[in-house]
Amino acid sequence: MSLVNIKIEGHPYQVEAGLTILEAAKICGYDIPSLCAFNHGECNQGSCRVCLVEATGARGLVASCVYPVSEGMEITISSPKAAQARRTSVELLLSNHSAWCQECGKNGSCELLRVAQMTGARVINKTGARTPVTVDELSPSIIRDTSKCILCGRCIARCGNAHGLSVLGFENRGFNTIVGPAENRSFTESPCILCGQCVSVCPTGALMEKSEIWKIDEAKKAGKFIVVQTAPAVRAALGEEFGMKIGTPVTGKMVAALKRLGFDRVYDTNFGADLTIMEEANELLKRIKEGGVLPMITSCSPGWVNYAEYYYGDQLDHLSSCKSPHEMFGAIVKSYFAERNGIDPKNIFVVSIMPCTAKKFEKERDQLKNAEGLPDVDCVLTTRELGDLIRRSGINFTKLPDEEFDQDLLGEYSGAGVIFGVTGGVMEAALRTAYHALTGREHELIKFEQVRGLDGIKEAAIDIDGKVINVAVAHGMKNAKVLMDQVRAGTSKYTFIEIMGCPGGCVAGGGQPYVKPCFLPNEDIDILDTYRQKRADALYTEDERQAVRQSHNNTQIQKLYAEYLGEPCGHRAHELLHTTYAPRERFDKK
Amino acid sequence: MARLSESAVAKIEEICSRYTNEPTPLMMILSDIQNEYGYIPLEAQELVSEKTGISVAEIYGVVTFYSYFSLKPKGKYVVGCCLGTACYVKGGGQVFDKFAEVLGIKGGETTPDGLFTLDALRCLGACGIAPAVSINGKVYPKVKVSDVPDIVASYRNA
Repeated sequence: MSLVNIKIEGHPYQVEAGLTILEAAKICGYDIPSLCAFNHGECNQGSCRVCLVEATGARGLVASCVYPVSEGMEITISSPKAAQARRTSVELLLSNHSAWCQECGKNGSCELLRVAQMTGARVINKTGARTPVTVDELSPSIIRDTSKCILCGRCIARCGNAHGLSVLGFENRGFNTIVGPAENRSFTESPCILCGQCVSVCPTGALMEKSEIWKIDEAKKAGKFIVVQTAPAVRAALGEEFGMKIGTPVTGKMVAALKRLGFDRVYDTNFGADLTIMEEANELLKRIKEGGVLPMITSCSPGWVNYAEYYYGDQLDHLSSCKSPHEMFGAIVKSYFAERNGIDPKNIFVVSIMPCTAKKFEKERDQLKNAEGLPDVDCVLTTRELGDLIRRSGINFTKLPDEEFDQDLLGEYSGAGVIFGVTGGVMEAALRTAYHALTGREHELIKFEQVRGLDGIKEAAIDIDGKVINVAVAHGMKNAKVLMDQVRAGTSKYTFIEIMGCPGGCVAGGGQPYVKPCFLPNEDIDILDTYRQKRADALYTEDERQAVRQSHNNTQIQKLYAEYLGEPCGHRAHELLHTTYAPRERFDKK
Repeated sequence: MARLSESAVAKIEEICSRYTNEPTPLMMILSDIQNEYGYIPLEAQELVSEKTGISVAEIYGVVTFYSYFSLKPKGKYVVGCCLGTACYVKGGGQVFDKFAEVLGIKGGETTPDGLFTLDALRCLGACGIAPAVSINGKVYPKVKVSDVPDIVASYRNA
């Protein structure tokens, strides 16, 4: 590593050669306003011109996010010329931006508003033509409003990095340039998997999840019996909505908040996860015994299911027929729970708090409605929306006591259910139960270290009484594609594969609180590299704290099978807990 | 991909295979498809995406960035009215409007019978004969608004 000597604002520093001015300045303790640059060059268009500075040896002002430092360079951030130029850049962006901040969902975490404050761009004095606007509200998951887009390209980069091929791109030219799927189609008419990674990196309100908070108000007004469930990953991140450090588990406070929000029952999707494991592990063993289609692939992640239907429509029989945990939970609430409590299922309203935007789409799938057309789940809120709901209700989250989930019928959960929220977690949970089903014993280790961690593709060979089962785990569709191409070619050596849509799994899902370093002054400078692991660690810690760590040892699950479902994968289980998939055309031709 | 004929699929695959050793083959592939078929529909872009690993969104972006590429089939006769500076000040704008009126279409559109496409061009490099109009490569010099109906008729009756 070679070092260069530079000066910033007249002060001498030694920094690594090859860094951009922006990165070097950050390390030296300066905060140059910037907008399009993101995550060590994951996006580096140099297009927004908000980070202009003076640098010796350069002609005119330079964009610090793309201009590298060099020996002897003197950098001036504060000169009137640079400050004025940055302000003008922001004013020009604002002049083509629908800056109705009070109605925008990104208000409070909008990076454009932040640089406007930093640069002093308060008065919009530049009027004139505006780029023709597209607002796509057709998808149940994501809204795209190009009137708020600043053409930074972060969403395009993230979509490409996470999933291989970006669904989004720049289109048209010059002043008419917009970002969107090909042909400026809706997300619903393009092969978008609705994972929401683009939403999580968008600096403005151009890409947002579609809020469903209003549905809860409607359900309350209609006098519905409202059951809320929370996905495992939510507890690992909800605290961030209220200024808590990344990786702080907030299970107890989250439950306390939900109980104060007037839900009739507050349950954990982990119960559904335990149920999923019972079904999935038994489905796997059945496929192995009866020569069914292998490898079997998990189906918990709706982003991944969308991808499979778009790109591997010929391989869908590899997907487990199990519904995802929150859908299973919803189906059980509207059958078993309804029956035991004497409530008409039509009068029950199931709300899922999810780290995910694709779950919003999933709940509307026809395959996830019962014979009378009643959906398993009625409403999906992201972790961020739950934050909004809590704030709206005047609850001071950080001051809440820790409380327990409701315990009747569906309240118990195992550590195996908790780790569903992280890549490798479903695999680990399934292995714990499959091992028991095959041998009648618990695995001595419980932890399956090979499937933990953030490597794109992880594999393990699990020895079960002399029989070796090869398994693999992938997250992000770029990695999934590698495994799926093997499956399609018939060369896959695996018996069981876990795939999650978002890199890192649900803890880093598209509905989780934004991780934007500029709004997190108390986090480490490398937080974008570490936040996934920090959230994952929060879940592994909760797993270790659980008395019961295997899904099959959840006594309420045992009771549910004994008194209601019968055998795992049996007739009633199949009716309630399993689903089907269908290939979809990537660009539907009307 | 159902709407591309078998021969078109084979042709586009052959075009893609011409540039497998190029680090950035997209422009060349798209140029060849444009030359071959006169336009690059989404189905063709999907096929190019499959063959090159470049996303459809990116290919669509390139197609819509360069005015040379077209998303829709062009007419038998492509009327290009020069609206460069010299032609414009000599009345090119009115000539363009007259073509639009006579043909009943706007710039960039094609007549329903598939005979004419009307394009606005930015300088043909023939400023000495402004305003200039080019139809399938044949250049008409110093075009007057009153000439337009006869020019159109000469093609319509050809």
